[in-house]
Amino acid sequence: MTEPEKLRAAVASGVVGSEASFRALLGAIVEVARQIFGARASSILLLDPETEELVFEAVVGEGEEELLGVRFPAGKGIAGWVLATRTPLVIEDVQQDPRFATDVAEDTGYVPSGLMAAPLLHEERALGVLEVLDRPGDSLFSLQEMELLGLFAYQAAIAVDLLLRARTAEKLLDADGGELAVVSRLAAAVDGLEDEQRDAGLRLLNELARTLGSSSTTEF
Amino acid sequence: MSEVSAHAAESRPGALPAWSLPKDAIDRIALPDDWPERVTREWAWGGSTGAGARVCILDSGVDPAHPQIGELEDAVVISVDENGKTVATIDTEGDLSGHGTACAGIVRGVAPDCSITSVRVLGPGYTGSGPVLLAGLRWAIEHGFDVINMSLSTTKKPFAGVLHELADSAYFKRTVLVASAHNMPVESYPWRFSSVISVGSHEDPDPLTFFYNPSPPVEFFGRGVNVEVAWLGGRLLTVSGNSFATPHLSGICALILAKHPELTPFQLKSVLYLTATNVGGGQ
Repeated sequence: MTEPEKLRAAVASGVVGSEASFRALLGAIVEVARQIFGARASSILLLDPETEELVFEAVVGEGEEELLGVRFPAGKGIAGWVLATRTPLVIEDVQQDPRFATDVAEDTGYVPSGLMAAPLLHEERALGVLEVLDRPGDSLFSLQEMELLGLFAYQAAIAVDLLLRARTAEKLLDADGGELAVVSRLAAAVDGLEDEQRDAGLRLLNELARTLGSSSTTEF
Repeated sequence: MSEVSAHAAESRPGALPAWSLPKDAIDRIALPDDWPERVTREWAWGGSTGAGARVCILDSGVDPAHPQIGELEDAVVISVDENGKTVATIDTEGDLSGHGTACAGIVRGVAPDCSITSVRVLGPGYTGSGPVLLAGLRWAIEHGFDVINMSLSTTKKPFAGVLHELADSAYFKRTVLVASAHNMPVESYPWRFSSVISVGSHEDPDPLTFFYNPSPPVEFFGRGVNVEVAWLGGRLLTVSGNSFATPHLSGICALILAKHPELTPFQLKSVLYLTATNVGGGQ
């Protein structure tokens, strides 16, 4: 194996199959955010820079079924403003915003009364927005909650950055004809096995490598 | 005072700056002789309604039809033309998100008779557009506003240098830049620059309560929690965030500058410090 091939194989083994893990992490973040704030729903929206749209990437609670994957223009509305200005925002009675009510109601039939939104910032980039909808109606918003929202958004931004890196790497691997991706998937599958099954898998892969004529340095 | 004002006017934009201070020129930089022994809120803005002060809202536009806003001095939108150049044109669309209207309403609430101009730098296709933000700020500085409210920030390092230069140029032209601080662990601008007034939030419901922070970079805390603000369609919304603390400080700056137009940003910041609720303004 040449150095570039080794590098690509290493990258491949790191990213293939990681999409599901990162998505699960985003799901866990919105779930914990929802629980901590006692909210009815929480979601992460990612910016698609090519289309300038925000896409619902993780949703828990109200609208969970309908919103995943839904897109809307990033230049308008509250989430768009939070993204563009890099500034968190809390609105207690969002139903007073006629556009917000219409846009969201059309998609879900659910119109929240309150909304907290913070930008997902990683280094210089604004990657998306974390939203928490409908905190308990009887509690006034406090700065402590704003700090907490900022911390969740920071954590979510790191997870989103990892997810986006993995997607970019997968795209590159696929553009390579998908060959390395196949090898990596095999390696990842064997790596996921336990004890005897894993040993058997490794023996099989090494046998395959020998049959195909590669040197012993490539031993898995 | 009139003689002093004339001297002060000499150092306004257009006059040659003084690079040194010869002995016989000391009179030229005489400070107002009515500068009080103790700066109080009564001295700083007592009786002021903001009349004469010009405030610029750099945001998503302002809805002039909202009853809490009233007439605007001007409204422009910054866009990118077919040659990739940024241009400022008359804005007929008002506000596209509600946020600029909220900020303008807060300023109006604190300083009812100040003049308000909207410069729209946010909107469709503008997601995080640095050049549009910079062009909007440059336009505002060139038009000599007393106060520019920036309830926004950018995280893009390539723009930080130019933003810094613009912030300094505003400072020397007697334009006060009031900018929202960030409460997240990221580098963002322009609030971090020492030539701007950076604002975070406190939870007190009084619009004139503000605190000086002896642990910068955030310099002042203004009212930013559960604030009822003007929104689109003539409505009112209850909102929280540093974005709304910032126009409270902008409004207070407008009150002070309306009464004391001769103040430089440095002096204004000193007056803010001396009248802060936790310094001399709480009594």
